[in-house]
Amino acid sequence: MIHFFLNGEARTVQNPANDLTLLRYLRTQVTLPGTKEGCGSGDCGACSVLLGDYSANLGWRYRAVNSCLTLIPQLAGKSVITVDALATGQGAKQQLHPAQQAMVDYHASQCGFCTPGIVMSLAALHQDISVADDTAPPSRHQVNDALSGNLCRCTGYRPIIEAATHLQDYPDNRDQAVAVWQPEPLTANPAPPPADAVSAAPQTEQQLQQWLQQYPDARLVAGATDLALEITQQLKTPGSLVAVNHIASLKQLRDEDDALLIGAAVSYSEMETLLARYFPQFAQLLQRLGSRQVRNTGTLGGNIGNASPIGDTPPVLLALGACIELASAPGHLSASGSRWLALKDFFIDYKKTALQPGEYIRTIKIPKLKKNQQLLVYKISKRLEDDISAVLAAFKITVSDDQKVEQVTTGFGGMAAIPKAALQLEQALTALPLDGDKFRHAAQALEQDFTPMSDVRASQAYRLLVAKNLVRKCALELLQPQQLSRIEDIHSSELALNAVISGGETPNA
Amino acid sequence: MRKLIDTPEAGEMLRSRPAKEKRPGHTGQSMQHESACKHVSGQAVYVDDMPELPGLLHIAVGGSDYPHARIRSLDLQSVKDTAGVVEVITVADVPGLVDIGPVFAGDPVLVQELCEYVGQPIFAVAATSIEIARAAVKKAKIDYEVLEPVLDVEKALQQNFFVRPMHQHKRGDSASALKNAPHRLQGAMHVNGQEHFYLEGQVCTVQPTEDGGMLVYASSQHPTEVQKLVAEVLDISINKVQVEVRRMGGGFGGKETQAAPLACLAAIVAHKTGRPVKYRMTRQDDMVMTGKRHPFYNQYDIGFDEQGIIQGAELVVTGDCGNSPDLSDAIVDRAMFHSDNAYYLNNATVTGHRAKTHKVSNTAYRGFGGPQGVILAEQMMDDIARHLREDPLTIRKRNLYGVTHQHIRTADGKTDPRDETHYGQKVEHNLLTELIDQLEISSDYWSRRAAIRKFNHSSAVLKKGLALTPVKFGISFTVQHLNQAGALVHIYTDGSIHLNHGGTEMGQGLFLKVAQVVAEEFQVDLDTIQVSATRTDKVPNTSPTAASSGTDLNGMAARDACLRIKEGMFAFAYQHYQADANSVTLLDNQLVYTKDGDEQCVPFADFVQQAYMGRVPLSSTGFYKTPKIHYDRETGKGRPFYYFANGAAVSEVIVDTLTGEYRLLRTDILHDVGRSLNPAIDIGQIEGAFIQGMGWLTTEELAWNNDGRLISNGPATYKIPAVGDTPFEFNVELMQDRPNDEATVYRSKAVGEPPFMHGISVWSAIRDAIASVSDYKLNPRLDAPATPERVLFALQEVQSDGDQ
Repeated sequence: MIHFFLNGEARTVQNPANDLTLLRYLRTQVTLPGTKEGCGSGDCGACSVLLGDYSANLGWRYRAVNSCLTLIPQLAGKSVITVDALATGQGAKQQLHPAQQAMVDYHASQCGFCTPGIVMSLAALHQDISVADDTAPPSRHQVNDALSGNLCRCTGYRPIIEAATHLQDYPDNRDQAVAVWQPEPLTANPAPPPADAVSAAPQTEQQLQQWLQQYPDARLVAGATDLALEITQQLKTPGSLVAVNHIASLKQLRDEDDALLIGAAVSYSEMETLLARYFPQFAQLLQRLGSRQVRNTGTLGGNIGNASPIGDTPPVLLALGACIELASAPGHLSASGSRWLALKDFFIDYKKTALQPGEYIRTIKIPKLKKNQQLLVYKISKRLEDDISAVLAAFKITVSDDQKVEQVTTGFGGMAAIPKAALQLEQALTALPLDGDKFRHAAQALEQDFTPMSDVRASQAYRLLVAKNLVRKCALELLQPQQLSRIEDIHSSELALNAVISGGETPNA
Repeated sequence: MRKLIDTPEAGEMLRSRPAKEKRPGHTGQSMQHESACKHVSGQAVYVDDMPELPGLLHIAVGGSDYPHARIRSLDLQSVKDTAGVVEVITVADVPGLVDIGPVFAGDPVLVQELCEYVGQPIFAVAATSIEIARAAVKKAKIDYEVLEPVLDVEKALQQNFFVRPMHQHKRGDSASALKNAPHRLQGAMHVNGQEHFYLEGQVCTVQPTEDGGMLVYASSQHPTEVQKLVAEVLDISINKVQVEVRRMGGGFGGKETQAAPLACLAAIVAHKTGRPVKYRMTRQDDMVMTGKRHPFYNQYDIGFDEQGIIQGAELVVTGDCGNSPDLSDAIVDRAMFHSDNAYYLNNATVTGHRAKTHKVSNTAYRGFGGPQGVILAEQMMDDIARHLREDPLTIRKRNLYGVTHQHIRTADGKTDPRDETHYGQKVEHNLLTELIDQLEISSDYWSRRAAIRKFNHSSAVLKKGLALTPVKFGISFTVQHLNQAGALVHIYTDGSIHLNHGGTEMGQGLFLKVAQVVAEEFQVDLDTIQVSATRTDKVPNTSPTAASSGTDLNGMAARDACLRIKEGMFAFAYQHYQADANSVTLLDNQLVYTKDGDEQCVPFADFVQQAYMGRVPLSSTGFYKTPKIHYDRETGKGRPFYYFANGAAVSEVIVDTLTGEYRLLRTDILHDVGRSLNPAIDIGQIEGAFIQGMGWLTTEELAWNNDGRLISNGPATYKIPAVGDTPFEFNVELMQDRPNDEATVYRSKAVGEPPFMHGISVWSAIRDAIASVSDYKLNPRLDAPATPERVLFALQEVQSDGDQ
């Protein structure tokens, strides 16, 4: 039994079917067809809704999510707002939400099918800038981020970007709809899941462990951004489903002296600020991981557990030497109920990991960089926003005082059946001076490390060539850290027009 | 109903003098889309949003696993046995015609025996839910005799494997011109296809009627064709089928012929079961089972003089049509018509082939073959420029139509006017020289060119590129009979107006623009006019909303209806109000006339009531056909286009030479829409078309495996432009004060397709950045889409050539 709010009204779904997405629930069970299905795979954003979490100090805070990738158990205790509830008043007295009015005034809808989703992403942006009380209009970078998961095929986005930068010009109508935006939170602790249920939303790890003992093959779901695809695209129905995104102990972020400890159910969005402080390039990568909607629900634990060879974070975590804590009911696999594993030992083969039945990922531990260490992360894909990488390369390089590579650890995605370090390359780079030509030469070692495949994203030849070139790029960036050398760093027309990396070396040399 | 008898007589009520300015909502004003408020609040109803009728069945379709195969046996027993499955149909269940090819035969609604592409529909399952239907499809057991497929357009060309015969345009003697030209260049390029990716996938709902007919709610650009084909597959007369289209969530050509198969299959099931049926394709089925933009293989052989002016050209454009003709004849024709783009080819032979491959049949897509021809012309310009070490813009300007050069003479010694296309149409009212001159200045082309050269000299990894590309796009269906339209206008007794026409609304603002025309004609406020869903029983025998013609045709038809109504009303006004001769007009929501020299005003609604009481018809159909156009396929000569739309774009990109990634920094567009009916809508069309055109040539890659299966079959693998792909600086202007020289509706010009080709400026700019690595000496081959992978390999090619 799952309780949540929908447009301010309390809703209960008894024994939700395991394959019931929020989108299908909205469109077919409560007949709210304002939310559209564009792709059913979380790539277009037409189905975006706002999902609210309650906390005592902040009240309800909303994030845009793809309702086609949201399963009902994930909603327990949360508040969902759809496009249908943004406007207030009726008839002539109707007042549109600023996101809606701006879209109308800037001619930002054409066919209108993506529009409800775009309006919801803009409503999330509007909330964020209202909370920040920032009077400056959102930057293009902020707008791109907010809309990174919304495709529009008609407008070319210009009028939508315009609408986004003028959200603050419109009167906020949310005060007229307090019941929708700020419902009285559910206080009663939901009863532990009944034994015959197919899905559950435990509140504690203890409940989770009980569930896993009862259903050892239960699928754990935090953000569901990948699992939901099995349901909607491959028509698979998971046997038993357990949502872990309500368990507070899995949502902790700890900043310790020499490491960050990240709970497995922390969403990408929630870890952004902390990562940016210690690993700016990791944080920058996150901005290109999925879309804002995906980052609002997807988690680091999910990305690791899913063990995709092209998952964006595992290569970075490999380069950083991360460890993970695998937990289970005490006495089930070990007396303490927990074991630590280096991440490199977790990935065994294509989509195969060291995770045992009854076990789950609890914590990811990322060692901080030492003073002379740098993390460089590169993602290569066809499109900047919301694209799966063809190649992902991460390098942790320790530079000695005499400007040589003292030590290097790496992680590559898209190059093998699992996220993997390039050990031959690491060896070839060790003790080299920071020099483009020397790095280029050393990069040949990648041919020993990897035999990538050709697929829909890239050919084998391109993957190898670009991976080698990235090694060289490392050297250039280490030598000239202030110079702009990546197109993804261009966030404004000013930067665009002045973009320059100088230097004597030419690519032909 | 409003009381009719209370109407005051004219003159009893003194009204203020009518305003001379235009009322809000008339033509030329940037009114918001008629559905804007409904779009943003989720209230706009698309087919899938309509309330479901009791007993509704949902369809999923099983398709071929092979690109070329014969079905030996088909076992659907376990499909039929699935709980919730109500009906399973195969081709044997089609009561009427099986072939639903729109122009030529070749598109069976369900496979008879021979499968010709992966995903070709073999059977349809109707179940109580879409999930049940989709799951049941997977249970079919099909035994195939697998045949050798042709999957490659070059191979098809070698084997003369065509869906339709080739066609040729000839002018002068291209062979001698090539032989005698001081310079000669050859080149080739593959321009790959494009998925429409309308956000609303293909969908329709059908409902059997009491007459044995069908009521169809479709998401179609061509309701009349849906109507005709549904009637044909059911073997009933056309008048028993009604098709309604209120709006589409995007079309772009993908719902011109491709919407009909859904309606036909749903109708066959509805006919068999007597129940309403919905068929909504999943995104993946939509991408696999419906046609796309034609890939083209273009080859050129050109001769030119020292100044880069073309003397002769032999061009071959080969469209990859997929397995059936569909609309490919006209699409390859349009590629041929546009292989000159804006340039005088002089002695030219243009050949168009319609290659057959065992893939889904390719279909209409914004530009309809035109862009694939235009990019060939632009490739030639760039190639000439780098061959002669000139700036590409200089070469483009020298080759423009109507630009005469003193050294080029006709046979009788006069300066060659250079204003006739290779298919014999004069290029009249040519704006391009003037337009390019303006854009060159407003975009600061030359100083940016200098800055980019400097930048590229000092930047090791990142290189910039710049390109200005024009477009001249022919407006009209090249099939003459399609250039007609009908409309229906009613005025009700409260003065409110109901508007209907044969055009469909897919987001382009057609309903709004035509309503603005009607508002202008009656001089009433825009909100007086209610636009209504396109229906085949209101306006019959309509043409598809395609070829950018929606407003040109339907706007004129609606205007015609207005003029007919006005004629009757005005005749009544003279008699009833005893108005002075030639004094009756409509202005500012009023009837205005003079009586004995004194100005009199009657509110429009009151006038309408008087007219009704006077038994004046307040409803009329309207009709329009485009004048002047003709084309003789025998000779390959004629005037296929009523006029040309023009524009030009300048794009600047930055390319990472280590990864092949690139970003669009700035784009400036100057475009000609004649006298704009609605500048905001027109600019929206231009911006959207540009980004879509850019997507076609950059990130949108259709990937097929060696088994003929589309592997980029969803948005996770097929990447249309996202918000970050919109340039940081995006300046779009309409050419001012240039009404159409032809008598189109309020002298406006069509806008749907022409700006799509502005996307070519991005491809050309990327190629420019790549060429910079060879100091602009070499012409890299850069097939489209120019993905980072293709860009990196092109860079590698240029670099290794430079090393030699």
